[in-house]
Amino acid sequence: MTTAPAIEVKNLIVGYEDLNAVRGVSFSVPAGGRMGLVGESGSGKSMTALALMGLLPSGWQARGEVLHDGVNLVTQSDKALSSRRGKTISMVFQDPMSSLNPVRRVGDQIADVIHRHSDVSRREAMRQAIDLMVQMNLPRPEQLARSYPHQISGGQKQRIMIAMALACYPQLIIADEPTTALDVTVQKQVLRLLNAATRERNSALLMITHDLPVIAAMCDTVAVMYAGRIVEYGPVQEVFRNPRHHYTRGLLDSQPTMDNIALDGTSRLVSIPGMVPPLQRLPSGCAFHPRCPAATDKCRAEMPELAANGAACWHPVGATAAVEA
Amino acid sequence: MSDRRPLLAMQQVTQAYSLPRTALFSPPGSFTVLDSIDFDVCAGEAVGLVGESGAGKTTLTRILTGMERPQSGQVMFDGTDIWAAGPAARANFRRSVQMVLQNPRSSLDPRMRVGTALLEPMRSLRIEGDHVKRLHEVLDQVGLDSSALERFPHEFSGGQLQRIAIARALMPNPRVLVADEPVSALDVSIQAQVLNLLKDLVRDLNLGLVFIAHDLSVVAYTTSRVSVIAAGRIVEVGQPVELFTRPSAPQTKNLVDAVLTVESGLSGAAL
Repeated sequence: MTTAPAIEVKNLIVGYEDLNAVRGVSFSVPAGGRMGLVGESGSGKSMTALALMGLLPSGWQARGEVLHDGVNLVTQSDKALSSRRGKTISMVFQDPMSSLNPVRRVGDQIADVIHRHSDVSRREAMRQAIDLMVQMNLPRPEQLARSYPHQISGGQKQRIMIAMALACYPQLIIADEPTTALDVTVQKQVLRLLNAATRERNSALLMITHDLPVIAAMCDTVAVMYAGRIVEYGPVQEVFRNPRHHYTRGLLDSQPTMDNIALDGTSRLVSIPGMVPPLQRLPSGCAFHPRCPAATDKCRAEMPELAANGAACWHPVGATAAVEA
Repeated sequence: MSDRRPLLAMQQVTQAYSLPRTALFSPPGSFTVLDSIDFDVCAGEAVGLVGESGAGKTTLTRILTGMERPQSGQVMFDGTDIWAAGPAARANFRRSVQMVLQNPRSSLDPRMRVGTALLEPMRSLRIEGDHVKRLHEVLDQVGLDSSALERFPHEFSGGQLQRIAIARALMPNPRVLVADEPVSALDVSIQAQVLNLLKDLVRDLNLGLVFIAHDLSVVAYTTSRVSVIAAGRIVEVGQPVELFTRPSAPQTKNLVDAVLTVESGLSGAAL
């Protein structure tokens, strides 16, 4: 492949004063590729997304390299970033309720994005906006375009958000928990649309979620984050079928599925003991060691880097089993 | 199901809200939220309730916990109709049916120490006496240390807070617990801790548990009987794993089809 990746992140550090929420994260999403960033609350996944968009809350600083379209986004001015947002890189947020403007008609909001980034008249922008709404399978688009956000359903609002993100054929779409606020029955429709629409435009997708099944359905590669670092990184099929990090193993095991439930109600769900450590009190060495079944003195002392097997672990899952056996 | 001895039951409950008039002289319309609902739970049993948003789950719990009075039908607790009973029976009902809400960060007062928060239900339900022993008892039941009493909610993680919310619901020694999406605000890795706790409480305290969730596998794991509600009607009742693997009502099938699993995602069959 000769094309440059849609985004390449090198040793990204995001912090507030001397507290780092993201502690050296590197990954890349190829042009038209689809990557999942999975982690629990407090893992730093959302801060990574905001840093990529240049939308960090005030007081937060990003360091490292975020290469996109030939520039390092971390060093770009606010003005340069804002002419980029919505054009070459765009974002779908978790809660469409609070990210749409409540006092502006939804059709106008989509047209705004188009009008701003491309050299077309208002009328043409509106025509394209309605066209996008048709692609999003929204019913009666001309009529719906004149509605205000409170007049339409949550699933419809999220489809409007996706239409806005797709409007300018961006190279990369970042979706931060795009379906968590939606009803389960609507979730699948929205994912299907996002999937098809990004493929059609050959836009790369960075999917940020805590929901492993969503990643499995949508992405080619996955990075598992824990306490601000990527602990496992690789093709989804490999990581989910054959996890090497004990945290990934634990996450997969704590997913309840119909197959592992006994009919007499005696089954017990596996959980990862303990909780995600607060940033102020990160454990020494591997941050996962207090919750890890395979932790040794080495884990307490030294922080592991991502190894060739894709896991940042001194005692990866397959290897420890061999020792025990 | 004639051998069931329900502790808390709704019989033929119908609830409708009136809609605003569409024109000045048109009669106000009405919207039936619940339509002849039968729903019950026995002691020591966990029952589930699933359905899309807007199906009537919340209204059902509001009526079940006595927060709302049904327009027609009865709510029976321990054999008595609570809305026809006297104040003593009503007070007994209020103590005996407690709720656990979705998000403990908003259901616990951030300025109140956990110890004070746990005593709140005793105060509002006017249960007299010294509750110090009870405080330690419930904390022990949910697996928390007594040092929690002096601390504030922000000092706890989501999973611990949900345990505290469960402890608070247990304070008045209830016989039925109604949990509305108790794990959907929690991370996957700690969901299991709270689900296992609820299961243990049902067994150890002979509690009746009404468990509402959108995640079908979580419901199947936690409960032994589940009702599917759609557009204000119960469309199907049964053993959860059986019901979700062989749904017969189209509404149940809809819910089942919407479920994503890691396995279906990896095999490319999910979307």
